[in-house]
Parts: sequence; structure tokens; C-alpha cells
Amino acid sequence: MRFLRQSLTIAAKDLRAEVRTKEAINASVSFALVILLLFSFAFDPSGDQIKEMSGGLLWLDFAFAGVLILNRSFARELTNDCLDALLASPVPGAALFLGKCLANLVLLLAVELISLPVFGVFYNVHWATQFWPLMLVVVLATWGLTVVGTMFSAMTVNLRLRELMLPTLIYPMIIPALMAAMQLTTVLLAGQPIGGADMLWLRLLVGFDIIFTALALTLVETVLIG
Amino acid sequence: MRQKVMILMCSLAAVLLARNLYVILLSLPDEASQGAIYRIIFFHLPSWFTSFTAYFLAGVASILYLVKKNSVYDAFAVSVTEIGTVFTAIGLVTGMIWARVIWGVWWTWDPRLTWAFICWLIYVGYLMLRRAIEDPSARALNAAVLNIFSFTTVIITYKAIDWWRTQHPGPVLSFRTGGGRIESGMESMILWNWLALMLLSAVLVMIRMRQEQARREVDALRREVHAL
Repeated sequence: MRFLRQSLTIAAKDLRAEVRTKEAINASVSFALVILLLFSFAFDPSGDQIKEMSGGLLWLDFAFAGVLILNRSFARELTNDCLDALLASPVPGAALFLGKCLANLVLLLAVELISLPVFGVFYNVHWATQFWPLMLVVVLATWGLTVVGTMFSAMTVNLRLRELMLPTLIYPMIIPALMAAMQLTTVLLAGQPIGGADMLWLRLLVGFDIIFTALALTLVETVLIG
Repeated sequence: MRQKVMILMCSLAAVLLARNLYVILLSLPDEASQGAIYRIIFFHLPSWFTSFTAYFLAGVASILYLVKKNSVYDAFAVSVTEIGTVFTAIGLVTGMIWARVIWGVWWTWDPRLTWAFICWLIYVGYLMLRRAIEDPSARALNAAVLNIFSFTTVIITYKAIDWWRTQHPGPVLSFRTGGGRIESGMESMILWNWLALMLLSAVLVMIRMRQEQARREVDALRREVHAL
């Protein structure tokens, strides 16, 4: 109980700081829109092929924009040695990590919920027909992205080449979650329910979340404190 | 003593490889449907076995490092991971040559191939992360954690031919099929070649670990000079 309260305190702190400065979320939302624009040059946006590619495009957009937020997650604590102060506080490393994950989840979901209608408008995709199953997939996949991303953000926070290392490490690692999310989203955006063979992808997504959350919570103390 | 062991293992590997090459090229017959190109399997499979063994050992060494904080485990982990990435690259390239002849294309986005490539990228990322961190103990810690994360992709790559329907040929060796997929003479050549590559890898790991040890000594001396 105490652990959860500590995590929520950290999450609230991060969200409050972000709401006041809006430094990561503004950059991330505008980047997401820029990528949506760029996609339109890569293929014919009015054609039929968009239906088959929609899930893939959407998740590439989310993954690119999301890394901007994840990058700031621990980096924002570097000024004035805030990270050291956080580590010296009675909050355990795992609670600090979980708090940051929750804050990142909220921020990433916000970016995604802004981009989704824009994507629908630009590419003529009816995304709301399977709204709740789509939200389930979005939350599950975003959690996977967040857990791996926040963990690597903690690992690379002290590096000179942080901005270069983080995407290089994150993208290959989250491929299982991205793959599943792309498949499921394509099905849902076409207006069909998840079922039959697609359940395998949903199971993969849930399995990915469980395995990496457990791994990260076990190992994060070592990364942060040593 | 260590030098002698290394020379002995190296010459053993050389003799084995020479003998294996003789048998593979001159004594074994062509495969019924594939012709001469099937011989690439004698290097393709052992390379993958060697790289997976290397990644497994790297994962174990990383866990041991986190538990015991002894830098020898870190040196071992980086040495075997380097071996692993080299043999993954050999495995990918030999596979591509085979695919060019049999499938007509160098590469296809099939789950097994894709995962093998992801696996290589992730371990290259591990090696890059090590270069980016200057402080030795922070480097060892973060690298160990990343190595444990990375091992999940090795498991997926290994099981990809069971989980997805793929174009990549299924398992051939008896320990996975229960026998019957491959001539015993050919199977034993795969295993002999694996042994030769493992011996070679062991020598390379020993050389690499000595380098890591030397580097630590140089670091320590540099710090001492700096302090003076």
C-alpha cells in the first residue's frame, strides 16, 4: 500500500511538472503531427492500401513521438541534482520507477489520443467503430513501450550520447509489443472485432507487458543505485 | 600455462576444421534436392549454436555480476557477447547466401530471419552502450541489466520456427526432432564443426578477457598517476 502511495506521489509530481512547463508533451505532439504529415508523401493517402497499413503507421507514429517523452523522463531530474535527491529520499527505487512509468503512460496516452483523431481525419480512417477494444490495445501496448522506455531512460540518463543511445536500444527491444499492436490495430481500424487467430497477438502483448514489468521492477534498483 | 592451453586449443580447432572441411567437401555426397549448396549448413548451424551458447553464457555471467559484483564476470560477459555478435553475423550471411541460391532472394521478412536480425541489432546496441559509459562500475552494471533484457530476444529467435509459420527450414537435429530428418553422418559433421568453432571461440574469449584485465590495470594506473 505504502509502495503504491509513493509511486503515485512520484507520478503526480512528474505530471504536475509537465503540466506546468509542457516541455516534453508539446514537442511530442508536434513531432507526432509532423510524422503523420510525412507519411502522406510515402504513399497515396487516398488509396485503399491505407486500410492495410493503418495499424503500422499509427504505431510507428506513437513510437517515434513517445521516445521524446521517455527521453525527458529521467533527464529532467539532472538539473540541480534532483535525481540524487530522489534517490536519497525514503522512496525505494522500484517505487520511483513505477511512479515515472505511470506519469509517462499518462503523457504517452495523451499524445496518442490527440494524434488518433487527426490520423482519422487525414487518412479517412474510421477509428471509433471498435473504440473500447482499440483503447485496450492502445493501453497495453503503450504500457509495454513505457516500461521498456523508462527503464532504458534510467540506464542512459548519465550518458553524453543519451539522445542517440535511447532510440537505438528501445526500438529493437519493443518490437514484439509493436508487432502485436500493429496487427491488432489494423484489424480494429477495419471495424472488425478481435477474435480467432488475433487472440495470439493479444496474448503476446499481455505476456510482453508482464515479463518486462517484472524484469524492470526487479532490476531497476541496480540501475539507479548500483 | 595459460598461453600453452590457448595454443593447444587453437591447434586442435585448426586440425578439426581442416579434417571437417575434407569430409564435408570431398567425402559427403550432395544432398538429393539441394545439390552442393546444402554444405553451407555445416557452418550455418554451428555458427548459430555458437552464438546462442555465447548469449546464454553472457546472460548467466551478467546475472552473476549483479549478484557478486566481481568484474571478472563483466569481462566474461562482454567477451562472449562479442563472440556472439560475430557468429550471429556469420549465421546471417551464410543464411543469406543459401537463400539466394535456394529461394532466389537474399532476404525475406520471415519471422525467423527477422528475429535473428533483431537479436543481432540488440546485442550491437549492448556493445554500443558499453562504449558510451565511461565509469567502469556504472558500465558493468548497466551492461549487465541490458544483457538480461536482451536474452529474451534470443529465446524468441530460437523458438520462432515453432511459434510462427515460417519459410525457414524447421529443426533438423535429432535432439529437437527425435531423429529421422537428417543423415547421421551429416548430423555428426554439424556437431564436429560446432566443437571446432566452440574451441576457437574459447581461445578468443580468453584473449579478450586478458585485454579487459589489462584495460582495468591501465585504468587503475592512470587514476593513480592522476592522484599524484
